[in-house]
Amino acid sequence: MVAQAVAPSQFTLANGMQLIVQPDRRAPTAVHMVWLRVGSIDEIDGVSGVAHVLEHMMFKGSEKLAPGEFSRRVAALGGQENAFTSRDYTGYYQQIPANKLEDVMRLESDRFAHNQWPDDEFKRELEVVKEERRMRTEDQPRALLSEQLNAAAFIASPYHRPIVGWMSDLDAMTPDDARAFYRQWYVPGNAVIVVAGDVDPQQVLALAQKTYGAISARAVPTRKPRTEPPQIGMRRIEVKAPADQAYVALAYRAPSLQSLTEPTASDRDALALLLLSGVLSGYDGARLERGLAQGPNRVADTASSGASVFGRGPSQFFLSGVPATGKTAAQVEAALRAEVARVAKDGVSQAELSRVKTQWIASRVYDRDSLQNQASELGSNWVQGLPLDAEDRLLTLLRGVQPSEVQSVAQRYFADDQLTVATLLPQPVAAGTRKRPAADAGGAIH
Amino acid sequence: MNAIKKVAARACVISAGVVFYSQSAWALLPIEHWAEPSGAQVWLVQSPALPMVDVQIDFDAGSRRDPPREAGLASAAATMITKGVRAVGDAPAIDENALGEAWADLGASFGAGADSDALSFSLRSLTDPPLLARAAQLASRQIGQPAWPEDIWQRERARWSAAIRESDTRPGTVAGKAFAKAVYGSHPYGQRATAETLSRIEVAELRAYAQRHVQACRARVSIVGAVSRPQAKTLVSTLLAHLPSGAPCTAPPAVPAVQQPLAKAEEIKIPFQSAQAYVLVGQPGFKRSDPDFLALLVGNHILGGGGFTSRLTEEVREKRGLSYSVYSQFAPGLNAGAFSVSLQTRPDQAAEALKVSRAVLERFVAQGPTENELKAAKDNLIGGFALRIDSNRKLLGNVVNIATNDLPLDYLEGWTDRVAALTVADVRAAMARKLQPERMVTVVLGAQP
Repeated sequence: MVAQAVAPSQFTLANGMQLIVQPDRRAPTAVHMVWLRVGSIDEIDGVSGVAHVLEHMMFKGSEKLAPGEFSRRVAALGGQENAFTSRDYTGYYQQIPANKLEDVMRLESDRFAHNQWPDDEFKRELEVVKEERRMRTEDQPRALLSEQLNAAAFIASPYHRPIVGWMSDLDAMTPDDARAFYRQWYVPGNAVIVVAGDVDPQQVLALAQKTYGAISARAVPTRKPRTEPPQIGMRRIEVKAPADQAYVALAYRAPSLQSLTEPTASDRDALALLLLSGVLSGYDGARLERGLAQGPNRVADTASSGASVFGRGPSQFFLSGVPATGKTAAQVEAALRAEVARVAKDGVSQAELSRVKTQWIASRVYDRDSLQNQASELGSNWVQGLPLDAEDRLLTLLRGVQPSEVQSVAQRYFADDQLTVATLLPQPVAAGTRKRPAADAGGAIH
Repeated sequence: MNAIKKVAARACVISAGVVFYSQSAWALLPIEHWAEPSGAQVWLVQSPALPMVDVQIDFDAGSRRDPPREAGLASAAATMITKGVRAVGDAPAIDENALGEAWADLGASFGAGADSDALSFSLRSLTDPPLLARAAQLASRQIGQPAWPEDIWQRERARWSAAIRESDTRPGTVAGKAFAKAVYGSHPYGQRATAETLSRIEVAELRAYAQRHVQACRARVSIVGAVSRPQAKTLVSTLLAHLPSGAPCTAPPAVPAVQQPLAKAEEIKIPFQSAQAYVLVGQPGFKRSDPDFLALLVGNHILGGGGFTSRLTEEVREKRGLSYSVYSQFAPGLNAGAFSVSLQTRPDQAAEALKVSRAVLERFVAQGPTENELKAAKDNLIGGFALRIDSNRKLLGNVVNIATNDLPLDYLEGWTDRVAALTVADVRAAMARKLQPERMVTVVLGAQP
């Protein structure tokens, strides 16, 4: 009764555009996505946020469609839709009854090739994006801290800049900034179509050829490396924002996972760091919780870790925590570092490692419950240059990681020179009216 | 009670009136329903495609049953049930960390929580028989033999109180609390846990609360996954094995109704220094059992619930660029949850955004949707019906909805036909019955002239 997962198929259209199809016949629905290998990492100084602004403008019309008409048509098909922008990619999706696939492929290929809108639409949508920045970043102290942490940890890498853009860059952005970015990056060779659901790969291929296949091939622009220079000393920043609880985040430079087919020593380190994070905070009562957030002398209310090793830019290993009442961010920082040092000194047990692996193996089954998950994995793996069977390969490689390798990365990647620490200094909120910290008063925030 | 109804697939084929694109037939997934000897009610959808199962067990023991002086009691009880199992006979005690390890070792997850209406347990496991048997045993002990460790409640209370203090520095929290208080008055739907109410809750109250409410005879168990009916019966009897049967099963006392409509309009202005002003407009809405439910769902979809195409999004965001997020919603529950319009905008634009939103709301309540708007909403809701039930997770949500709101087993089967039958007059009348724009609560936090 239980269906085996059908393997996805990958095709290349004549214009260089990629197509990945993942059949899943459980229900008569499908998800259709287009992923572009362009995100905030591809922006330059002065126009930060333009990848994301363009994503908003893609809903504002084409040669054939008036502003807003795209969304009205998707809704009329019974669809749900949205889009997303990250450092590394931009994506668009529609969840639809499977028999509406051709309609959304026509709509999406049309705006991919012929997006256009009047300047007036841009002006208003830019204000919407600024509201998004205010909502997601400026009134969220920990998001503000994360933005400043990235700006401090990265100097040459475009990861220095926030995805949503600095407010002054948004203020200064012009319609032609967005149009130029669109012409430069929205080319077939820089994109993949992903379809998951109740579909047949050959039929989807025929539809893709008929719709996206009509777009003229153009060269994918060359990308400058903008390599992050080696970090040669610890960096420490403070962020003052209205809050009650302090917070501390530590970011260590880490190796990126480049290849799952012929993993290098550095790739193996990245895998071991993923497991290290699982051992530290991958389940209830894991090391960080036990060490920092339990017992009569606990220093933290929460503590967690994360290995961010997939990405087109430089990678990081994060540790973070919220001090318990009466404890300080410095105590939390010391305790977080002590937990890594303990792994470096004493290693991890086989049982801990097996536990983390078991969770990941099980989650491969759970992930198949959602079409959106399946399509998103395929799209983001393509963006990172990983193969079609990346998830299976990743699991196989992770299963082979030994406790000694986890101990080894704990010894080698947590030197102070590779560390950037950001501490949130809570500013008081008095009588329902809170004061902005002086540093912000004349700054970019308004 | 014993019944089988076809859901999902047939409803979709009938309503959409289309021949599906692919050759595959959508497997019919019936909802089976029965009562266990313990009195527990069970709803099962056998979904065999993936080797996994989701279980949710709901009790009518949500935070609406919190005494006002002990707001947070239901959530606290749920949290503490996951923090340790006591030794019973030969079965050893299991502390919170051993539990965390055990669940990870099983590749499964177990959780407990409370919302306004329900105290719920959820289990997700692979269906490999030995694994599932162990997961069920472990969950069973957590549900029926909690240890209630005193020191851990002290810790959790301190963490929770600190998180509340942190949250109270955020504009959205402050605005939302003021809104809830004004809309619900003294009704428990408007209560929020505070450090003070938590300070009054001791382990004895938590234990008593669970004993009073978490009884097998009051359990509503929803199951979606690759299990047969006999397997489901074994699963349910295992999960509830350590609970008192509660015979005779006493129904919990009725919770008073939310006072509605409001006597008069109320405007609350809260000074706040933030990057955005928060605007909320609303009033008590309606109960989930209200016969107008579907007309109101469709009405709200058009007004401010339906993605990028709603009236509020069009007027506030698309035409004027005033807000990233603007929407309206009803929150129907066992009591009448609130209707609300909410948005965030630059502080100097708050007055304009409020004016525009109010005008949209007043006009919609007075005039209802246009024929074109109703058709667009139906196209989206009916055409997209299959998207509501195309994964185990989504199916579970639908089954829980049926289980906890006493909806008929064929609720999904007739859903698209009932949406299709609604007229402009139905929607306008339903919205006008429920909403009184001249007597709403308005909260504006952080506005600048």
